[in-house]
Amino acid sequence: MALFSKRNKEAFFNPLSKDNPVLVQILGICSTLAVTAKLEPAIVMGISVICVLALSNVIISLIRKTIPTTIRIIVQLVVVAALVIIVQQVLVAYSYDVSKQLSVFIGLIITNCILMGRLEAFALNNGPWASFLDGIGNGLGYTIILVIVAFFRELLGSGTLLGFQVIPQWCYDHGYMNNGLMILPPMALITVACIIWVHRSRNKDLQESSN
Amino acid sequence: MAINKNSNIYQIVYAAVMVVIVGALLAGIYMALKPQQDLNKANDKRKQILSAIHVQGLSDAEVEGTFKKYITEGFMVDEQGNKVEGQSLDAAFDVDMKKNLKSDKRQLPVFVAEVDGEKKYIVPVYGAGLWGPIWGYVAVNNDGESIYGAYFSHEGETPGLGAEIEKPEFQKQFNEKKIYMDGEFKSIGVMKAGQKPTNGAEYVNAISGGTITSRGVQTMLEDCLKPYDPFFVKLQGGNGDKADTCHAKADDCDKNDDCDKKKCDNQPDKAKAEPAACGMPDPEAANN
Repeated sequence: MALFSKRNKEAFFNPLSKDNPVLVQILGICSTLAVTAKLEPAIVMGISVICVLALSNVIISLIRKTIPTTIRIIVQLVVVAALVIIVQQVLVAYSYDVSKQLSVFIGLIITNCILMGRLEAFALNNGPWASFLDGIGNGLGYTIILVIVAFFRELLGSGTLLGFQVIPQWCYDHGYMNNGLMILPPMALITVACIIWVHRSRNKDLQESSN
Repeated sequence: MAINKNSNIYQIVYAAVMVVIVGALLAGIYMALKPQQDLNKANDKRKQILSAIHVQGLSDAEVEGTFKKYITEGFMVDEQGNKVEGQSLDAAFDVDMKKNLKSDKRQLPVFVAEVDGEKKYIVPVYGAGLWGPIWGYVAVNNDGESIYGAYFSHEGETPGLGAEIEKPEFQKQFNEKKIYMDGEFKSIGVMKAGQKPTNGAEYVNAISGGTITSRGVQTMLEDCLKPYDPFFVKLQGGNGDKADTCHAKADDCDKNDDCDKKKCDNQPDKAKAEPAACGMPDPEAANN
């Protein structure tokens, strides 16, 4: 069993584009709208999701043979919830400012459908290593979209990136204005839709047939 | 030996063991991280208090020393604006505003800072925003009527909208604004462009798109500064028993202490009734 067999590679790379959780599976949209008004929270949120997703995938994969099928969802929830609380506590202890910024959103990782989806669809049927790769891959796929959306929203909505002013003052002097609508959730949805549009037009095999 | 994974007993035992393990794990982590978390929270509070007197950008290591340097004293005041004896800086620092506002007997902590040889009085404020609590610290000059600086923060206001209250651009509007007009407490309005407070108070610009948070800031200031009214009046050099009518009458009595006391006897009750409103959004405002 090679560490990077074709199957494992697929588990890692597919979610980045061909099987992206946000763009193709349309999962985790709720948090995509919530945390992408600024770039920094989006990045931290992405990293947190990667950690929680990879770890919960591994744990569920390790105990998958012992889990009674009737209560497997509950078991998955407990594992995810415990990990999220740990992430939250660690952030409060060692990265207080970030934890303040993310506040409720960390807790909301629990409700991110990507997590339950991956646990159900992958970790329950695969070994720990493949599950780990799958978790990292899906987490990254989610993070990439988060960062792209947050990039446009912060740039056009606030004129800053990571809190630094990037749109020069003379633009404002000549009548340019930040677009307040970009900061509101509806524009996140439209931005995501635009990304999906670009993504589908470049991947013909993802397009649904019209009949 | 094959275990029937779907038997009831197996499921119950499995769930029970899982919960015990996870519970123990979380409890252990909580205990292990608690001291560090408390330290962070205390340092964060110190940073916030210092922000009200424009001391910002401190690293975690500097905070405690800087706090000791600037903040010379901390105490509680009672409803007549008198300093309560025997309360240390720590006691004032440890007041949890959320619990404090709900309790019947409100404590009124004050932190005294010295900036360039002048005393500033910092009081905590706490109220409701759109999604959750908002809070802050307001530093009042030693004339007792103008604001030296203000700091606000929030738990989960919308980034880019309500959350702008924590930005310096919003906060510096409060500098040197007066909370008293003609000797009467007026607080500070947070107004949309083109609007003015009806009671003639000074005002700052609200955040566009953050109407409810802005209104929350206004209500918070009004409600949480009001209980300090007697204390501020004392700073202004008036007599501490405050109440405008009382104030004026007391002056007539000249230096007669007894008269002073008698005229103001009914005042403490009035002052007592007011603090309870703090933090609760004004029902009328909520209806609008």
